[in-house]
Amino acid sequence: MLNILEIIIPSAIFFAAPLIFTALGGVFSERSGVVNIGLEGLMVIGAFTGVVFNLTFADQFGQLTPWLAMLVAMVVASIFSLMHAVAAISLRADQVVSGVAINFLALGLSLFLVKMWYGKGQTDQVQVGFDKIDIPILSKIPVIGPILFSNGYLPSYLAIVLAFVVWYVIYKTPFGLRLRAVGEHPMAADTMGINVAKMRYIAVMLSGALAGIGGSIYATIISRDFSHATISGQGFMALAAMIFGKWHPLGAMGAALFFGFAQSLSIVGQAIPFLKNVPTVYLLILPYALTILALTGFIGRADAPKALGTPYVKGKR
Amino acid sequence: MSENRLTNILVPVFAVILGIIAGAIVMIISGYDPIAGYSALLYGAFGDRYYIGETIRQVTPYILAGLAVAFAFRTGLFNIGVEGQLIVGWLAAVWVGVAFELPKVIHLPLAIIAAAVAGALWGFIPGFLKARFRVHEVIVTIMMNYIALYVSNAVIRSVLSDQGFKSEKIHPSASLRSEFLQSLTDYSTLHYGIIISLIAAVVMWFLLEKTTTGYELRAVGFNQHASHYAGMNVNRNIILAMVISGAFAGIAGAMEGLGTFENVSVKAGFTGVGFDGIAVALLGGNNAFGIILAAVLFGALKVGALEMPSAADVPTELVDIVIALIIFFVASSYLIRLVLTRFKKEGK
Repeated sequence: MLNILEIIIPSAIFFAAPLIFTALGGVFSERSGVVNIGLEGLMVIGAFTGVVFNLTFADQFGQLTPWLAMLVAMVVASIFSLMHAVAAISLRADQVVSGVAINFLALGLSLFLVKMWYGKGQTDQVQVGFDKIDIPILSKIPVIGPILFSNGYLPSYLAIVLAFVVWYVIYKTPFGLRLRAVGEHPMAADTMGINVAKMRYIAVMLSGALAGIGGSIYATIISRDFSHATISGQGFMALAAMIFGKWHPLGAMGAALFFGFAQSLSIVGQAIPFLKNVPTVYLLILPYALTILALTGFIGRADAPKALGTPYVKGKR
Repeated sequence: MSENRLTNILVPVFAVILGIIAGAIVMIISGYDPIAGYSALLYGAFGDRYYIGETIRQVTPYILAGLAVAFAFRTGLFNIGVEGQLIVGWLAAVWVGVAFELPKVIHLPLAIIAAAVAGALWGFIPGFLKARFRVHEVIVTIMMNYIALYVSNAVIRSVLSDQGFKSEKIHPSASLRSEFLQSLTDYSTLHYGIIISLIAAVVMWFLLEKTTTGYELRAVGFNQHASHYAGMNVNRNIILAMVISGAFAGIAGAMEGLGTFENVSVKAGFTGVGFDGIAVALLGGNNAFGIILAAVLFGALKVGALEMPSAADVPTELVDIVIALIIFFVASSYLIRLVLTRFKKEGK
């Protein structure tokens, strides 16, 4: 049994890390009242930027490359998310439609550039990845040490720490209070002197930055190259995790860990005796089916921020 | 023609022009020749009989997917699940096409109806959840897309084949293929589906504009509370809209399964047709006639793009960028409207 956990748990954390980052990005955006279906596209941009940077500069920066690639992906994706922000906030576009356009554009643009630069539909394999580490002290704890804190990737642990940071920012700081106010009742927030548009721009760009990190981590650790199928649905799964986690950072992290668990089961499940006979299709659809159930209220009621999806027009009641 | 209506026509036209110009700019920045690129695209879409046949074949599912998105939209619902409804429709159509041997007059309609029912069922679930539990249909339909993808792959592997990756070919009695249309277009994959999709466009127009049911559906789309006050059953209309929308999407899948491919294979990812349907519906202003025009545009772009790498060295993905920008400009129509009213004021 312990052996099985030693296979499943690390691989669950491994698959969950990109989902956690992206879902936390989604929390920022949606808490401010802007629907972000474009998370998928923003992850695509992050994955693309990360892989291209890594391939181009691996010789110069050595072991530092994946970290720098992650930062560059974060910046590029947050600039890309500005398009969604401008359309959804300033131009009062339908936020779902604008998000769909972001997804189309991200995939089209990145594949266009890949074909232009590499002359084929996918990039080469990334050579320099993140190192696996044992967390000092914690990995020495008997039983849980080897399962939770050994032989993992640092970004996975960063993702979990970040979830707590985001929780603190959203619930314990003035910035977080303003963010939530803007998403619940923008007119009241405006009356109190909060710049609604500014808050929403910041939130959407934060979601772009985090989805960019998520995408680059996914590409560097899991797929190791970039093609049209690299981020197939990871962004939507992160969106699902955010909703399943009831728009709460820690909930989103928990849901992302669970979805990572389901993803890893569908891959390593063949090696586990009592799961061998369960068709993988059940594990593949599990995250999606659970999200629907969560929304329906069978797993506690999930309520979206009140002003979600509505552009704020000053002076309009 | 009233000014408002004129603006409604001008917005998509401007969006398309802006999208094409932006595509040209992308080509220039990337060091490609935009004139060579676009002429290759035009030739690849309408250059000879074969290309025209291929373009019409591509337009067929686009019309139906566009109608599906638009039908839900008119009732105030955003059906992103057209992709999933299309996949289950495709699966159901091929299943009927492979499993039975019947005379064509029964077999073909039966296969199409099976696709419509499968799509309708896939649309019913988000519709029901919206009506009963007030769950937002956008999220549920996204999730249903993935469930459709994985479930249909599993069915193809275990039921329609022996752990293979595609089903057998459907019986000729269920096929939409036509020797006549193929010989007319230099042996393209054109099939009778285009007639079905044009009929579907007429059906949608008639249903929405000329029947009481359509009036109720549109009323719910405009204002749920007013419709409720007027004695309409809002929940019933929401479910009905999703069911009909899903049926259109399912038939779009049948076009692929019975006409274009004549089988169904395991998919690594989505077909994209359902998502392109969103673009078609938006550009077509959610109106049956507009959708046909928009489907022709996007079909021509998609098929014409295949000619671009060989003739002008431009990657086909350029077209995806253009389509994305067109959606963007339509969605941000506030900007175009603002510019239009500014011009009108200055003109006076």
